[in-house]
Amino acid sequence: MSNTVKVLVIDDEPVIVESVVRLCSSEGLDVDSALDAQEALKKIERNTYELIITDIMMPEMDGFQFLDTIRRMNIQTPVIITTGYSTVENAVKSLSEGAIDFLPKPFTFDELISCTQRGLKYGQILKSILSKKMPGQFNDEFVPCPVSYYRLGYNTWAYPDNDGSLKTGVTDLFLKTIGSVKQLHLFRTDEEILQGNMCAQIETDADLIHNILAPVSGRIMQRNEALISEPSLIEKDPFFEGWIYRVLPSHLDKELSQLMPCSSNQL
Amino acid sequence: MFGKIGLKLIVAVALSTVIIIGIFSYFNINAQKHILLLEAERHTNQLSEAVKSSTRYDMLYYRQLHISTIIQTIAEDPSIRTIRIMNKDGMIIYSSDSTYIGQLLDKDAEACYSCHAANQPLEKLEIRQRSRIYRTDPDSTRIMGLINPIYNEPSCWEADCHVHPKDQTVLGVLDITISIREIDQQINSAKVNAIIFTIIVIIALSSILGFVVKLLVDKPVQELVRATQNVASGNLNYSIQEMSRDELGMLARSFNHMTQKLAEARLQLFQSDKLASLGRLAAGVAHEINNPLTGILTYSSFLLKRTRSQPELHHDLEVIVRETKRSREIVKSLLDFARQSVPRKNEADLNEIINRAVVVIENQLDIAKVKLIKDFADELPAVTVDANQIQQVFVNLIVNASQAIGPDGGTITVSTTRIRLNPYGLVPIKNATCPKGHDLLDSEMKIDGLPSIKIQAKADGNTGFINLDPIYGRNRNHYGIPIKDKAFVDVSCPKCDVSLVYEDKKCPKCGAPVYFLDIPGMGRFEACVTKGGEWQHWETVEKEGPREFVEARVSDTGCGIPKENLDKIFEPFFTTKGQKGTGLGLAVIWGILEKHDGTIKVESEVGKGTTFTIRIPSQRKP
Repeated sequence: MSNTVKVLVIDDEPVIVESVVRLCSSEGLDVDSALDAQEALKKIERNTYELIITDIMMPEMDGFQFLDTIRRMNIQTPVIITTGYSTVENAVKSLSEGAIDFLPKPFTFDELISCTQRGLKYGQILKSILSKKMPGQFNDEFVPCPVSYYRLGYNTWAYPDNDGSLKTGVTDLFLKTIGSVKQLHLFRTDEEILQGNMCAQIETDADLIHNILAPVSGRIMQRNEALISEPSLIEKDPFFEGWIYRVLPSHLDKELSQLMPCSSNQL
Repeated sequence: MFGKIGLKLIVAVALSTVIIIGIFSYFNINAQKHILLLEAERHTNQLSEAVKSSTRYDMLYYRQLHISTIIQTIAEDPSIRTIRIMNKDGMIIYSSDSTYIGQLLDKDAEACYSCHAANQPLEKLEIRQRSRIYRTDPDSTRIMGLINPIYNEPSCWEADCHVHPKDQTVLGVLDITISIREIDQQINSAKVNAIIFTIIVIIALSSILGFVVKLLVDKPVQELVRATQNVASGNLNYSIQEMSRDELGMLARSFNHMTQKLAEARLQLFQSDKLASLGRLAAGVAHEINNPLTGILTYSSFLLKRTRSQPELHHDLEVIVRETKRSREIVKSLLDFARQSVPRKNEADLNEIINRAVVVIENQLDIAKVKLIKDFADELPAVTVDANQIQQVFVNLIVNASQAIGPDGGTITVSTTRIRLNPYGLVPIKNATCPKGHDLLDSEMKIDGLPSIKIQAKADGNTGFINLDPIYGRNRNHYGIPIKDKAFVDVSCPKCDVSLVYEDKKCPKCGAPVYFLDIPGMGRFEACVTKGGEWQHWETVEKEGPREFVEARVSDTGCGIPKENLDKIFEPFFTTKGQKGTGLGLAVIWGILEKHDGTIKVESEVGKGTTFTIRIPSQRKP
């Protein structure tokens, strides 16, 4: 058991639980499962988990309440929220309530594995920061989001420009969780993106494809063509040269209020 | 057969005819009777004077035989019944009927009564008073009698016979009776004529009236009844075709207008209701279906990874994964539809929104050999809309249009214009106060979804509240107390009772007093105080002129929509595209426009093409 990593999956649908267990086990992960939040809480008290994947709609206690409960218990295990009711509201709420990722059902093998890997990596980074952290000292694991930026979870950022458009990109922490970038798959100019929904994909050297969730909704005015010819640019300078889209936002004020200002913390 | 109104009208007209002709005949026949009797009296008087003169000479010489002969000869005339001469004592001394001679008449006999009623007999009397009309027995014809006193004169008392002393005034009386049967007959026949005339008039008027009622009232009313029954049974497409220009025609037109509005309202209600329940359904379905889909997708994609070395199996699994992903997209589109969140509106230019929509689908249009013509108005007023949602409206419409065009290609024309509609009946009153500044808006009582304006009202001794329609000029007021139509209502503020009625201003339509509401920042709203008086005036709004709308039309040269489908195209899940469509596109458009206070209309002709017309209010605030 020493080398395996413990993942807890919570869903009231046995088929979801079974499939997640089966798929993650095939990747060498040790997966535990619970059919409702109460059962999960009992398991959390007994065991330590590296990652929790929870559904939203469950009897008695839903995914958000569960997340809130374990945070109150001061358990910092990364949580991925998944749901069959994959609306923008649920996606944004999940990420702003402290889940590290949002995985809409139905998902593929690749989507599940890439999401899980990111979650595990995130947990490791967090642990290493906490273990080393001294008061007043910056972490050396990743570059935090610049102060005037806004972010969706830890995944993506948006920066309102003077001309009313927004620049968007992925955070350094996100890039650190996925490993080295091999290729980027971007949307075309003039296509619409929707907050909390997939707006780009990053393929890594580990042959995993990671979905990027759009921080805001709007029309793509311009995309960073330099990224396509030189994908590593995003890793070198994720917050400036490595931007992904310039977006004409459709609901700027409302959506910006749902994002977190990067000045508030150091993620 | 004339229906009730016809019958009632005929009865009313018959009664009036009877009364009018009755009164007319009464006076006419009476006058006629009077004239005829006067004439008879005059005639009788003349006759009696003639008798008197012709016997005068013989009287002087007392030639009794002569006198009798003259009297009898004259009395041979058939209309003359009797001629009698009585002496002062009342004894009949001459008579056409000799059997009466020598009879003594009582002073109370009807012939004598007029003179002898008083103790002292009268000597001079008018013709009127000397005549009398009587019957000998109840069944006999009427008789007119006329007495003519024979006065004393010098030649009488100077005559040799010395029969009459000088101091006598009246020597005797000549009495003539004639039958007035002819006059009675004439009067009777006049009465009969009047009755016959009345009957003919009634019959003629009834026939004309019946015919007119049947033509002008009965037929249109029958048609209205048929239309009402149709509407009652749910057929709101029924409209009355033939319409006259009278009040019934007006009623028919307003009936048609009503059914049309009802149909629109029903459609809208139906649609909103459907959209709401569909949203709930979609959310439930998405949640339920996504779980089993997850089972399929995870295992199949997992297998796909593990079967790279088995090409055949790999290919089969690819199909499963691909189709499951497609199912995922369909469920997602359902969820997107259910989501249709509250629009987040910003000021925007409709032309620009349409341009953006066109950019998204340009490639598709090129492939489908569709030519898109833009006919935009220069400088459209800005609209306050959710640009994304409105763009979706145009993308959907243009994609639909290109699909309707078919493989040979065709044209889609997108045009925009600004239109103006009168503010009367359109602009809402969003704020109203009394002169002391009390807020009159009543959020508890809403009229068509908007808070009404509550004022205190006094009429016919009752005090209560009226909730005014907040739409300027629409007058769908709610009356809390019974008020008669056209009655003046004294209105005041419900909080401080300050009067809202002008002292000197009069309604330009009916002359009744005018009340007012202060609209903060937008002047005064004025209206007629009578119930049913529809005059309203809002200077600030009227000065601004008609409301502006932006209208966009998307026309195609495609296959058109059959008439029977036109009503259904905005219904969720209605599709003619078979497998290709979800049937949600136009339902989504409907929902979006509804949330923008906009409208969408469709006109189509099979084989020629379809035009969708969209109207969105311009952002200029009322």
